[in-house]
Amino acid sequence: MSMQIATSVDEVLSAMAAGARPIAGGTDLVVGHRQGKAPLPEALVAIDRVAELGEITDGDPLRIGATVTHARLMTDDVVVGKLTAIADAAALVGSPSTRNVGTLGGNVMNGSPAMDTGAPLIVLGAEAELTSATGTRTVALDELWTGPGRTSAEPGELCTALVIPGRPDTSGSAYVRLEYRRAMEIAVVGAAAAVTLDGATVSSVRIALTAVAPTIIEVSGLDALAGRVPDDGLLAEVAELAAEQASPISDLRATDRYRRHTIGVMARRAVDAAARRAAGEEISVPVNRALGIGAAA
Amino acid sequence: MSDLVNLQVNGVAYPVQIATDRNLSGVLRDELGLTGTKEGCDDCECGACMVLLDGQPVNSCSYLAVQAQGREITTVEGLADGDELHPLQRNILATGGVQCGFCTPGMLMSAEALLERNPDPTDEEIRIGLSGNLCRCTGYARILAAVKATAVELNGSGA
Repeated sequence: MSMQIATSVDEVLSAMAAGARPIAGGTDLVVGHRQGKAPLPEALVAIDRVAELGEITDGDPLRIGATVTHARLMTDDVVVGKLTAIADAAALVGSPSTRNVGTLGGNVMNGSPAMDTGAPLIVLGAEAELTSATGTRTVALDELWTGPGRTSAEPGELCTALVIPGRPDTSGSAYVRLEYRRAMEIAVVGAAAAVTLDGATVSSVRIALTAVAPTIIEVSGLDALAGRVPDDGLLAEVAELAAEQASPISDLRATDRYRRHTIGVMARRAVDAAARRAAGEEISVPVNRALGIGAAA
Repeated sequence: MSDLVNLQVNGVAYPVQIATDRNLSGVLRDELGLTGTKEGCDDCECGACMVLLDGQPVNSCSYLAVQAQGREITTVEGLADGDELHPLQRNILATGGVQCGFCTPGMLMSAEALLERNPDPTDEEIRIGLSGNLCRCTGYARILAAVKATAVELNGSGA
């Protein structure tokens, strides 16, 4: 096998057109190889030194380069301020070392249904920017993820950025997850919510769910919640909708029944935290620690 | 395929001919003889293999050595100044934070990166800083105490 260390997107795309696969932190690719799950590709191109892939650009839309690390997402002022659910999720990933090298683009293109940044990206309306030697296109994430570990990206396409529409000042977002320990953990289940308020009432709410279906899924049927205050009654309905729409599996981490119950709880907590943030309340990142969700210290 | 790679470790350049799929911990230990870095789980879970790459902690078991070219690698061998132990090393011995010692190099590297970034961490920040390192012996309290003692010593304060 071979490894090329690229310093520009053009170099990466040429290598990919010739069959190379991209590697950034290698936290999925190399770990999978060491575990014997999948051999390393014959040709790799390292993309972590391509400066233009590592930029966060504020604006409408906002743009997060594919190789921005989780460590940066959880502390960047723009992400924490405007895309808080992504910061909540990034802060829960792995350990400091995982977060130092693991990237947002890698998380997205690995396509795990348990990925932490996926549900936040969905509720914030993110699209993946895919670039190949022949051009660039943007793909909605529900069209990108086609199954566990599978995406609709073509072999020569590189995820260059996640593109996220600007949000009104009266909106807030949050991601919470059920976890058995506080580090080196994968979501048992998780939920993200984005809420926009009009005065005291909800003008829009989006919810997406982690680890309860073959891909990250968005909860439907939330339009009816517009115009209502985010009170206990609304939160109870949110929990019910999330549990109904989940199709969880049983595995060594949890049974399907346990996941179906707890996804409702996570959805309710995510909407509550997102609404409070939308109303201007400071809830520090990540919500899991601020509100004491998950395992005790 | 193999590559001629220049690895910069603890300020020393090591030209080494290695297969492209070799992991960094294996190359450090078996090619360069730097056996302070341990291989525990080989699965990015335990942190025994922690080294610093440009000052940031990385699990070297799951990082390809060729990808570390051009980066400054720091291993536990790079902490002491000749025969003089690094304050973290001295304090972890003094507090009893070393028992079997297998996790110690990784713990020290995570702690070193933390204190470089945040010289006056809270207890919670120390716990998060060491959250990628497992210890089966000590129960962690004395390791935390060693990091705290080092922070106090480096700051010359009782914070």
